Amino acid sequence: MLEGASSRRILGIWLRVLALDRWRLGEGLAEGEGADAHPLALIAETAHGPRIAAANAAGLTAGAQAGMMLADARTLCPDLAVAPSDPAGDLAFLEKLAGWALRWGPWSALDPPDGLLVDVTGVAHLFGGEAALLADARRAFARRRLATRMAIAPTAGAAWALAHHGPDGAILREGDDPVQRLASLPVAALRLDGDVLTVLRRLGLKRLGDLDGVARDALVRRFRNRRSASANPLMRMDQLLGRVPEPLLPVLVTHAPLVQRRLLEPIRHLALLEQVVRDLSGDMERVLEGRGEGARRLELGLWKVDGELVVRKVEMAAPSRAAAHLAELFARRIEDVDAGFGIEMVRLRAPWCEPLDLAQGDLEQAGEEGEARGTSLAACVDRLTVRLGAGAVGRPVPFASHMPERAQRWQEPLAPLKTSQSVSDFKIRPLKILDNPEPISVIYETPDGLPRRFRWRGATHDVLRSEGPERIAPEWWRERGAVRLRDYYRIEDATGRRYWIYRSGVVGDGRGGVPAWFLQGIFG
Amino acid sequence: MTSHPSLSLPTAAELGATRLGEQQGARWTPGQAGEATAHGEIFAAGDEGAGAALALALALDRQQARAPDPLADTPDTRMWLWVQDRKALTHSGRPYRAGLPESLRDRLIHVAVKSPEDALFALEEGLRCRDLAFVIGEISGNPRALDMTASRRLGLAAERHGVPFWLVRLDARRDLSSARMRWEVASAPSLAPRWNAQAPGAPSWQAQLFRARRHPPGQWLLRGDGRLVAETGGAAPELQNTLARAKGGGGA
Repeated sequence: MLEGASSRRILGIWLRVLALDRWRLGEGLAEGEGADAHPLALIAETAHGPRIAAANAAGLTAGAQAGMMLADARTLCPDLAVAPSDPAGDLAFLEKLAGWALRWGPWSALDPPDGLLVDVTGVAHLFGGEAALLADARRAFARRRLATRMAIAPTAGAAWALAHHGPDGAILREGDDPVQRLASLPVAALRLDGDVLTVLRRLGLKRLGDLDGVARDALVRRFRNRRSASANPLMRMDQLLGRVPEPLLPVLVTHAPLVQRRLLEPIRHLALLEQVVRDLSGDMERVLEGRGEGARRLELGLWKVDGELVVRKVEMAAPSRAAAHLAELFARRIEDVDAGFGIEMVRLRAPWCEPLDLAQGDLEQAGEEGEARGTSLAACVDRLTVRLGAGAVGRPVPFASHMPERAQRWQEPLAPLKTSQSVSDFKIRPLKILDNPEPISVIYETPDGLPRRFRWRGATHDVLRSEGPERIAPEWWRERGAVRLRDYYRIEDATGRRYWIYRSGVVGDGRGGVPAWFLQGIFG
Repeated sequence: MTSHPSLSLPTAAELGATRLGEQQGARWTPGQAGEATAHGEIFAAGDEGAGAALALALALDRQQARAPDPLADTPDTRMWLWVQDRKALTHSGRPYRAGLPESLRDRLIHVAVKSPEDALFALEEGLRCRDLAFVIGEISGNPRALDMTASRRLGLAAERHGVPFWLVRLDARRDLSSARMRWEVASAPSLAPRWNAQAPGAPSWQAQLFRARRHPPGQWLLRGDGRLVAETGGAAPELQNTLARAKGGGGA
């Protein structure tokens, strides 16, 4: 377990004054400029009156503190300006940030109310090491005018502790002893509830190192009925040291193949983007070839200069890693991307791969005759699906039902067929059926004789020959009791047109009035 | 009309007509593989199933005619493609698995598209695929996108990759097209089945080949019961009509 935990790298990001940063962005102010130069507090309405949620630098100097009642703060600083706080907006903003922060790693999580966790396992080399990754992240947040503290550590707990209470930009390396490195942090770094912190302070345990000094048995007895992690310092300590896995993080067994290009200049033109995607497809082909795999699903992430993230997904009918094919699939999907001020980073990721062995190259395919050989079936289905949507391409499969419209279902064209009993093979069925049976008016021998003449789509058809009825009873185990049975007739009119019509119900079945007739199928 | 027919020189129209007849070889019959690639067009009404049924029958007929080929001794188990635009789908129905010919049931890939442009794209992608047995398209009316250029494009793709292709035109008028064989088809009264004379029998179609490169135009009564059979032989009345018209025009 320790090995598994130590092999991971988590980037913890703490947005120190998220609410105020958001307020400043909304007002269009830099820090300490305009209204921000004077004491200001963001307030939340509570049952006992307005309470301060956050205060700016001038406000803090003047004596206002988070958690204070506004009336108390006003006595200290009469000219304290106020603005409403917006916790829901902060959370939504944090969610968007979590998506944006995926640029530093394939997986990120919210750490409400004001933190982010990004899994940067095995990614740091793309940025030139972990220190460079931190510098890049700090630069990107500074450009968005968000005050941050961040740290990289093997566990989420350690990353959180270092980001909140350690030196800014701390990196806990894999070889380091976490007990020793984190001993000087206050116990608040354990993400504990307020009352637990009070208990610990009264016990005289102020730093993480103190916890280690006390006999573990004594602490276990003291907190024996605290089940949740945030109320039990020992559990938190174990999470921080990686002794127990933290359920917040999913255990990634395999890492999705990932290639990316960070662009020197933000690109705004489709032709350039297509070139980048072609390069990435080539990289992806090499990566997948090394793993002996082919991609079934690919995600293309486009990070824009203005902080937006655009994701395009493509699924394939069969595993593939041919660079030309991948690039062609994406070429159709990136046509409608709004580049805005430009795209600064592009990443291609294959979250779903399947084994695909190396195959002998097709000599004909490689030569001039390649075009004449045509595409493979999987490639053809991929292209159709990408352009027309997944629902447009399908393959009919039998389904165990008596109702004709339920007896057929549609599935993906290349998915394997299920075995099924072919019970209705001796019955004659029409070549095509209408999605919605169309009502027709029929002259027939009541109550249940053969149809003689009917009117459909404004034309009258004389029925010369007919065969029936084939009675299909409603499926009582899934339909309501009022559904009527159907009597199907195979008919041919005077000019030889053949249809499949049914009468819904019989006279006197107690499930409605005069039976209605419908045309459902058309024979070839 | 003053000149004596036996003394007059043949008119240009007559020469053209005879030369046409010489070039156009034998009369079409089912059960011959025909050209290397098939590119056909079938005009039919939208409220009957004759168009798609004839396309399937021709595809099967071609497959059976090619079977003696030593290279094709194993049964053809490749998938086949059926593309329908939205109007064709809602107006004339979607394929029903249990009603398809036995050998084609498990191999259908159906594509439902919204517009004729998408239908043309899907057809071309299908024709460029080497793993498809044949391609059938169903397009309703005379959309602007389906002009001579588009038709030629599809024909060239079919020729290049050797994928047989039939395009069913529902409720359409005969416009320009590059198809090798152009049919007009309607349902015909079927023969009475042996055991129940009151029931509809095996499908029959009244088919008219009004334009083909290798065959003279003609009319057939086709019956499709497992195997495509042409009922009516004899001279094609359509061709005789055209010749008569050409003669009359030349004389005047």
